[in-house]
Amino acid sequence: MATQTSRDGNDFINNLGKIYGMYTGGFLAFVVLLAILEQIGVPNRVLGYLFVFFTIAVYAIIGVLSRTAQVSEYYVAGRRVPALYNGMATGADWMSAASFVGMAGTLFLLGYDGLAWVLGWTGGYVLVSVLVGPYLRKFGAYTVPDFMSFRFGGNFARFLAVIVLVACSFTYVTAQIYGTGIIASRFLGMNFEVAVFVGLAGILLCSMLGGMRAVTWTQIAQYIVLIVAYLTPIVILSTKKYGIPIPELTYGQAIADITAREAQMLKDGLATAANLKPHIQPWINYTALNFFAIIFCMMVGTASLPHILMRYFTTPSVREARQSVAWSLFFIFLLYFSAPAYAAFSKLEVYTNIIGRGIEDIRPWMFTWGELGLIQVCGKNAASLQAVMEACKAVGTGVVRLQDFTINTDVIVLSTPEIAGLPYVISGLVAAGGLAAALSTADGLLLAIANALSHDIYYKMIDPNAPTVKRLTVARVLLVVVAVAAAATAATKPADILAMVGWAFSLAMAGNFPALVMGIWWKRATTAGAIAGIIGGFGIAIFYLVVTRYFPGYGVAYFGMSSLPNPAGAPLVDIAKAMAAPNAMDTWVAASHPMASKVGWFGINNIAAGLIGMPVGFALIYVVSLMGKEPSKEMQAFVDEIRKPRGRTVLQEKD
Amino acid sequence: MPPMSQQTTTHQTSANDQAHWRKTTNLMWIHLGIWFFFGYVVHMFAPALNKIVIAGFPLGFYMAAQGSLIAFVVQLFLFAKQQDKIDREFGVAEDD
Repeated sequence: MATQTSRDGNDFINNLGKIYGMYTGGFLAFVVLLAILEQIGVPNRVLGYLFVFFTIAVYAIIGVLSRTAQVSEYYVAGRRVPALYNGMATGADWMSAASFVGMAGTLFLLGYDGLAWVLGWTGGYVLVSVLVGPYLRKFGAYTVPDFMSFRFGGNFARFLAVIVLVACSFTYVTAQIYGTGIIASRFLGMNFEVAVFVGLAGILLCSMLGGMRAVTWTQIAQYIVLIVAYLTPIVILSTKKYGIPIPELTYGQAIADITAREAQMLKDGLATAANLKPHIQPWINYTALNFFAIIFCMMVGTASLPHILMRYFTTPSVREARQSVAWSLFFIFLLYFSAPAYAAFSKLEVYTNIIGRGIEDIRPWMFTWGELGLIQVCGKNAASLQAVMEACKAVGTGVVRLQDFTINTDVIVLSTPEIAGLPYVISGLVAAGGLAAALSTADGLLLAIANALSHDIYYKMIDPNAPTVKRLTVARVLLVVVAVAAAATAATKPADILAMVGWAFSLAMAGNFPALVMGIWWKRATTAGAIAGIIGGFGIAIFYLVVTRYFPGYGVAYFGMSSLPNPAGAPLVDIAKAMAAPNAMDTWVAASHPMASKVGWFGINNIAAGLIGMPVGFALIYVVSLMGKEPSKEMQAFVDEIRKPRGRTVLQEKD
Repeated sequence: MPPMSQQTTTHQTSANDQAHWRKTTNLMWIHLGIWFFFGYVVHMFAPALNKIVIAGFPLGFYMAAQGSLIAFVVQLFLFAKQQDKIDREFGVAEDD
């Protein structure tokens, strides 16, 4: 029976190219079919539903087909995923709703400064490959806490690692489920709360029965959908405008046009020096310090996030783990180097066809989004030409000036098909891509959390004698419980949802990075050192986050915090005045509080809290380790062992 | 990072493993150097680089939007190859 399964498995692995090739062809045929349906008059709403339900159904079928009753299949997909395919799966795991929908919008608003996110979310893979990933693969863990426990003396280190993992993954997964809800409600006109739970069902269908194995094969399918969806509109737009189907080359022209147009707008009085932020000028939205701090935290956070590291546990060898990191970044790069093109084309459209135009000449694509409250002109939702004319008359302007125009960042990617004058089927495709991005990331995160709880807490700490069937049952039940908890949190629409993604990186960086790197690269690192480092580094990062965001008055009064500077160097808030106000010492303040997230140490934004936590972690591990006895002979031999790819994995899990 | 502790009496790493690790560590520092250059150093000069414009792209902007990303991708494929070569040289690579 066992040989039978493994032979079937090998057939499957050997035919991956054929299988996913057919899948891609099928998907393209499906898009063409919907395009034909649109031409014969099927309403847009129906097309939207078909897109969403068919793609989710395909993921669910893959999920069900990949169900498994074997522990190693459930946790690490049997360690048989080839480098290239694991790279695609990691790409989908990595690119979330924030990357797919939000990134281009951020670049639209912030121009050059937004590139901090593009750099931060790519360069971290260098650290993954050089410092951490391949060594964890050699170690043979199922989870990141597995490594911490083995290297640093048992269950206390394991428990700390689980806390770090849950803290960073849970905030992150909540943001993904929220993103799913936004996309589904926008395209299907569903109620947001209902949409959240529909998305949840999709996520669970993919991951519950097959664990890592199911998530891997669905993530590859999701990557294909999301990259096709992301590139199609912009390739068509580039071809239409510049005659070359490579938007990454042609948007240089758009940037030159934007810069010229910016000068023109200033000259014509359509914008003022105060509200116009030149697209290519560095450090006018973030200070240079925070620009580099964000890059650094996102990069180091990448190399510390458990749901990413665990993807490299699934490759057949250490060699392939390294190759796989390179493929991962390649597949991620395809999307990230296109995002600035979206931003540039959209900005040019807005600057030339909306700003400065007579109101009756405004192009109608805007009204679809105005109706939803995502674009406002002259202070009112731009729902129709009539509404815009009335609103602008009230303000007393006959043309739309820069200060009269507000756009929600989500609109940039979603509206590009309409700007390019493409049929609705392309908009539906983009929605399906956004959904694939959100679902795949949520899958990976939920699995990371549920695995830590079922493998590390339940099996390793509570019941080490649990039989396989019981372990897998516990894993599945916990997956559902965590998923429902995350969906319930998302349904309350927490205000800080986007900042939370940044926080997740900082927390992972402060809690995991020093212990992982020192555990591999310094034999002298001891249990006491690592425990001090994790508690100290993670503790101070979480303290900084919570105080600056929720207790800013206390930070100023008791912890020597001061106002963060704005990019010109002046303080963001007048601390003396804010501290004299009656609400200065409020607790759990709302995001609108005058000091919330605006105070801190050294002018560091709380998104970059890891920058304070990580050095503390490294220093504590170093000092405390040197104070104690060096690790045992066995432990040093073990570190030697994980540094060499050859040989058996260090940790041998019974199946 | 502090150098590897050498005065251990209880555990002796073999000479081959030590040489392998020394080369691996060197490669690590080289790649962290490249990473630091393309992740940070280049972008510190963005305002100056922006004065050079190629095909509409100001160079400072281009480096952050594409140039550094391409460097990272190429670097990772190169690193996988180089580390594998080191592993083979010292006989600690996995069987093909």
